[in-house]
Amino acid sequence: MAQKKRLNDQQTDCYPNQARRDFLKQSSLLTALAVTPPFLVKAAESEFDEKAAGYFEKMPLSIEVNGVNHNLSIEPRTTLLDLMREQLALTGTKKGCDHGQCGACTVHINGYRVLSCLTLAVTVEGKKVTTIEGLADGDKLHPMQEAFIKHDGFQCGYCTPGQIMSGIACIREGHANSDDEIREYMSGNICRCGAYPNIVKAIADVKKGGHKL
Amino acid sequence: MINFDYVRVSTTKAAVDAIVKDNAALWLAGGTNLVDLMKKGVMTPQKLVDINNLPLKEIKKEGNKLVIGALALNSAVADNELVRKEQPLLSLALQAGASAQLRNMATVGGNMMQRTRCPYFYNPDMPCNKRQPGTGCGALKGFNRMHAIFGASDKCIAVHPSDMSIALVALDCTVLVTGPKGDRRIPFENFHRLPGDLPQKDNTLERGELIVAVEIPDNKLNKNIHYLKVRDRASYAFALVSVAAAVDLQGDTIKDVRLAMGGVAHKPWRLMEAEIFLKGKRASEANFRQAAALAMKGAKGFGHNNFKLKLAPNTLVEALKTATGKG
Repeated sequence: MAQKKRLNDQQTDCYPNQARRDFLKQSSLLTALAVTPPFLVKAAESEFDEKAAGYFEKMPLSIEVNGVNHNLSIEPRTTLLDLMREQLALTGTKKGCDHGQCGACTVHINGYRVLSCLTLAVTVEGKKVTTIEGLADGDKLHPMQEAFIKHDGFQCGYCTPGQIMSGIACIREGHANSDDEIREYMSGNICRCGAYPNIVKAIADVKKGGHKL
Repeated sequence: MINFDYVRVSTTKAAVDAIVKDNAALWLAGGTNLVDLMKKGVMTPQKLVDINNLPLKEIKKEGNKLVIGALALNSAVADNELVRKEQPLLSLALQAGASAQLRNMATVGGNMMQRTRCPYFYNPDMPCNKRQPGTGCGALKGFNRMHAIFGASDKCIAVHPSDMSIALVALDCTVLVTGPKGDRRIPFENFHRLPGDLPQKDNTLERGELIVAVEIPDNKLNKNIHYLKVRDRASYAFALVSVAAAVDLQGDTIKDVRLAMGGVAHKPWRLMEAEIFLKGKRASEANFRQAAALAMKGAKGFGHNNFKLKLAPNTLVEALKTATGKG
């Protein structure tokens, strides 16, 4: 909570060294623009009514992550996962396969679970992102986090943030009515430690508890 | 990932113009396949035209057709009340594909446009006529366990990976597209194509043609249906063989039937001969077996995928048994 408040107060997206990083990025960007062939600059000023970014340009991006507004400037190729981990210092969301096959990077966008590794951050403009860091209320853990501890739903813990985000969505979607249904609708989250039986127990327990998620 | 220009459009006209104007540009919808292919260096567009803001997400009834917007999410379609009531086969097929997270991202149009998961296509260091015409087919004499048994050519033996499309071809769907030369309607059967000498072309769309919607005509195929997907694990894997079966059953008699197979060809594989054979016949295992034998005419294995020659007819019979509750 304390960290959330600090970020809110600042309304910036800094962590140590960010100013220096920005300077370096901007100065190299200027160099890049100076050597950019004219047709690329022209392409960037295209006549389309909507925002466009050229090859050497950054795209403005406003998103809300865990209740904090961010006004950023990013390369179009930046995935939501890399943006969160490398620019917003939110490393709770894990990079597993980076190809949409493991579910470790699962986050919620406007309440729906998606894979942040296959989401280009520019497409999240104006939307609300929730990550594992946004679940707890201060020191009070989210019911799904509590349940994963209670049922021992992990060993190494690497897939856990993705499992928890997915588990919450699974219940919200109404697909946690039996163990079989939970298994089917959690199949996008791989756990190489094999904690599956306890993950299913944790989700079934939260569902039974009737918590408002 | 190699960087690219990015532009966001809000009308179909701007979307089409942007692609027609720039040969190295591609549309971006859900991105679940394209972004992955770009990370691997398999596809390297110089510009992405983001079409996610186009008003193409609606699912509605128009006369005696169900019309589904091209940008409707796979999860939204699978869970939609109208779809579940009138075209439940489509809902089943969608739920059998990918994972809940991917279905929340992937769109109907994008699902049809997804590329094969052939490992030779996916690896830029390997020969592949689909990725780079003229380099040869690595799978033909290579690792071809996942590959086609119908309609392949010596240029390409890849399969189309979509589950949704197997249901759509069975349901006599029509694809609505718009492009630089105006609007066009493509019967789903003619949307995807066989590899022939041009495996780089997955479908019959012209450059600049955008999928706007799919249309499914009303039918009486919402009761006795099944989508059976056989794969290496119970969920979240591509099909080795899948079968979409929908039967209009009157007592024991098959009044109407639709059958299509996935994981077996470069396009969703409709089984017309088997359908014609079954119409008017009794729903029984013996008849299902005969239909399956007809369906397998012309099938050919390439080594590692020879098991599909047995798996495919067995899957068809099982799907029919489950759909009808007979045999």
